[in-house]
Amino acid sequence: MIDYEKMLTKEVRELKPSGIRKFFDIAAEMKNVISLSIGEPDFKTPWNIREAGVKNLNEGATWYSSNQGMIKLRQEVCNYQKRRFGVSYHPEDECLITVGGSEGIDLIIRALVSEGDEVLIPQPCYVAYEPLVELQKGVPVIINTKPENQFRLTKEEVLEHLTDKTKLLILPYPNNPTGAVLTEKELIGISEALEGTNVLVLSDEIYGELTYEREHISAPSIGSLYERTLLIGGFSKAFAMTGWRLGYVLGPEAIIKHINKIHQYAIMCAPTTSQHAAIEALKNGSESVSKMRKEYDMRRRYLLSALSKIGLECFPAKGAFYLFPSIKSTGLTSEEFCTRLLYSKNVAVVPGTAFGDSGEGFVRISYSYSLNHLKEAISRIEEFLNELKEDKK
Amino acid sequence: MNKDILNLLESDAHLSAKEIAVMLGLEEADVAAEIAEMEKENIICGYKAVVNWEKTERQLVEALIELRVVPKPDFGFDEIAKKIMDFPEVTDVYLMSGGFDLAITVTGKSFQEIAYFVAGKISILESVVSTATHFVLKKYKNNNVIFEGESSDERRELGL
Repeated sequence: MIDYEKMLTKEVRELKPSGIRKFFDIAAEMKNVISLSIGEPDFKTPWNIREAGVKNLNEGATWYSSNQGMIKLRQEVCNYQKRRFGVSYHPEDECLITVGGSEGIDLIIRALVSEGDEVLIPQPCYVAYEPLVELQKGVPVIINTKPENQFRLTKEEVLEHLTDKTKLLILPYPNNPTGAVLTEKELIGISEALEGTNVLVLSDEIYGELTYEREHISAPSIGSLYERTLLIGGFSKAFAMTGWRLGYVLGPEAIIKHINKIHQYAIMCAPTTSQHAAIEALKNGSESVSKMRKEYDMRRRYLLSALSKIGLECFPAKGAFYLFPSIKSTGLTSEEFCTRLLYSKNVAVVPGTAFGDSGEGFVRISYSYSLNHLKEAISRIEEFLNELKEDKK
Repeated sequence: MNKDILNLLESDAHLSAKEIAVMLGLEEADVAAEIAEMEKENIICGYKAVVNWEKTERQLVEALIELRVVPKPDFGFDEIAKKIMDFPEVTDVYLMSGGFDLAITVTGKSFQEIAYFVAGKISILESVVSTATHFVLKKYKNNNVIFEGESSDERRELGL
């Protein structure tokens, strides 16, 4: 009999499965669960964008596109980045259309990280960076961002972890799970910290359209970061297009042409129908995006006020669609809190520890839900907190 | 006039001034004053529940009726519109562009009751030239609320 375990590479064998899987499996089997755990928009893809995809299907023009993606789409992506965030790229050789932002992250890490290379990863953060670095035999160097800094990465923290083995810095802002955004001040600081090094930056700006009370500042718009940044963008969060699986990487030609080789061999090209829909999204989608942003913002404000009322401390996050309240006042760990809340009140939120050890004492609450749904969840959480207090007495 | 407040109230008239203030980042007192002002100016004309009568025991039939009418010199369509408005059976009256002039909705206990109402009260009005009655068979969506075929949350817990 084949010993499959032995056939696998050490890196793959040791790869940890996403830590919250078990938790979600329990939630999925329970009835009447009010979930605040989903990390994708609750809005449908705007009608005109869907229609553009349908038109492409009806015409039957469902061939491969060029490996890099349709030139028309790359032009629209570059126009959009310039218009929205003030960063310029050439559609011909500085832009690659990928299967979601996730493929871009994978490509960049595969192309840049070799055995022993260090990659700076600020946590709490999205769960994919660390395992992808490990697959490359690279060394993830975790930077634990602090609640007192509203989970922003600071210049000092970068300097503290920078060594001559550092290859890449991940900048996951606007941040999943904390909702943190970086201001110009931190970006300038980070840019100064990296000056004189060859360290590259992977700026994952998939939530770039979803910032509140302030405009998103794109990392490469800060002077000296431009030459060292690989910018990840995409359609999933901004245009409510998760299932279309479409994103892009923008950056120096010298890197794009190499990651395009991996993309070419692994993927061929991003789905053509999605690319057609994405052109429509960039040309005529800004009104829909504004509407959705406004709706998220109202929910965010409601939740911030509601959390404070029921006694959960939460910093006023200004990005993505997550809040990251502290549950330290309950004396429970994140995992205990989430499990007990799920079993006793049928409410699912994600333990902060799913996003790194520094998430201990916090939970992630998604507000990609209707206001009534949020209200019901909050009232159940309030009951739960009151019962905890009773138990303590 | 504050459009954001109106949009919120239009989606849920139950929202309190306090809740609206929180969601829009405004002061509660300002929102309350704004709402009072809009009520006074008849920008906000009322607050009602959206009822799905089909789920109740009450017999209720609704019809949309197209009217072709002869406008009166000096009064245009206003005079006849006002006359029709007065019937309690009539819930909406609109002046329309296109193939007919007025569109009205009428509610009653049965198809027959509505048919009699149209024949006995509306058709006989002097300036009404013709009527076409369309009965509502099923309401899928009413006042932006989905009655029938609302999809549940189909998103999957991906766990990332």
